[in-house]
Amino acid sequence: MPQLRQKILVLYLHTPDLNSNVVAWSMYDGTGNTNPTTGDSDKPPYNTVVEAMQHGWRVVQFPQQFPAYPGMEYSTSYLRFEYILEKMEEIDD
Amino acid sequence: MIDKQYLLDSKQMANFVADGYLRFDELVPAELNETVHAEMEDHGIGRGTAGVPLSEIWSPSSPIGSVFRLPEVQGIIHSLVGPEPLYDHHAVHTVRADNDRGQHWHADAIIDTRMHFDIQFFYFAHDTPREMGGTMILPGSHYRRVCESDVARYHNFLEQLPIVCKAGTVFVVHHGIWHCAQPNLTDRMRYMFKLRLNPTVRQMCLWNTEDIDDPSIPGILSKNHKWYGNDVRLEIVNRIKLWRFLVGDDKFDVGYWMGRLENLPENVLEAA
Repeated sequence: MPQLRQKILVLYLHTPDLNSNVVAWSMYDGTGNTNPTTGDSDKPPYNTVVEAMQHGWRVVQFPQQFPAYPGMEYSTSYLRFEYILEKMEEIDD
Repeated sequence: MIDKQYLLDSKQMANFVADGYLRFDELVPAELNETVHAEMEDHGIGRGTAGVPLSEIWSPSSPIGSVFRLPEVQGIIHSLVGPEPLYDHHAVHTVRADNDRGQHWHADAIIDTRMHFDIQFFYFAHDTPREMGGTMILPGSHYRRVCESDVARYHNFLEQLPIVCKAGTVFVVHHGIWHCAQPNLTDRMRYMFKLRLNPTVRQMCLWNTEDIDDPSIPGILSKNHKWYGNDVRLEIVNRIKLWRFLVGDDKFDVGYWMGRLENLPENVLEAA
């Protein structure tokens, strides 16, 4: 009986526009078929979030946007435009 | 006194400010690399005490001490953190053979809001081809305010840089740079010697400043790293602030980014 498992793709974009370029990415594979890790690819799997959507990925989380905290306007830390996508895939139980 | 020929120049310093690292390929002589490699294999490098002058950590006969007494390495140290820096800690980092998992991305220590900075040496005593790793760094990540493994969700970035090098290669990095050990798919243990140093003097014009007005410096300080995305202008502001600190000029600017923000006229025109 086939079972469904979740794959997560995290795409970090140049701007909040879902058509803007991917600048960083991560994959987490709940099927157990692959074992993604740091530094395992030099090119993103898709150029944009919209391109990933066209390949069957569902966007499950948008980044919220907040104004900078006073005094932190010029500080940088995490990548701000993080989109989380999922795809459900069948595995053989 | 360090011979000026061994000091960094202003263009190298600007690249350090922009990228958070400098690279020196095959800097350490082959015979010394082999000796240090053997010393690491034998677990022969003991830990020192944090806060002690680096010059007091290793005996004159110590192979790893000899690496950090090379005039070229002394010149790098002097240029970035000055004379008589303090030993913070060192680590012999290893990745065992046939390990297909990369370490998570992290910055060392904790959030560090100082303009003053520590340096870390990454010294590779043996050849390190891509299938052996080596350490991956993220150029330009050193101003990001994150706490150690807060960045572990990320896997890949545009322009991430795996350190692939010949024996004797030395990287020197800003303490804030993001990095991670890469998988070692060979049948040999991989070694990397890391050393962190703290300054004991104000970090200002410690390098060879003869080229301080080189016209290429504003361009170096403005370079983009593609993973920044829309934040590149904020990163240029961070670089301007550190360059001002390093050269002792609080009016230095690139592309009018700071001049515009600092334009706060208070002179009131008299009524006609």
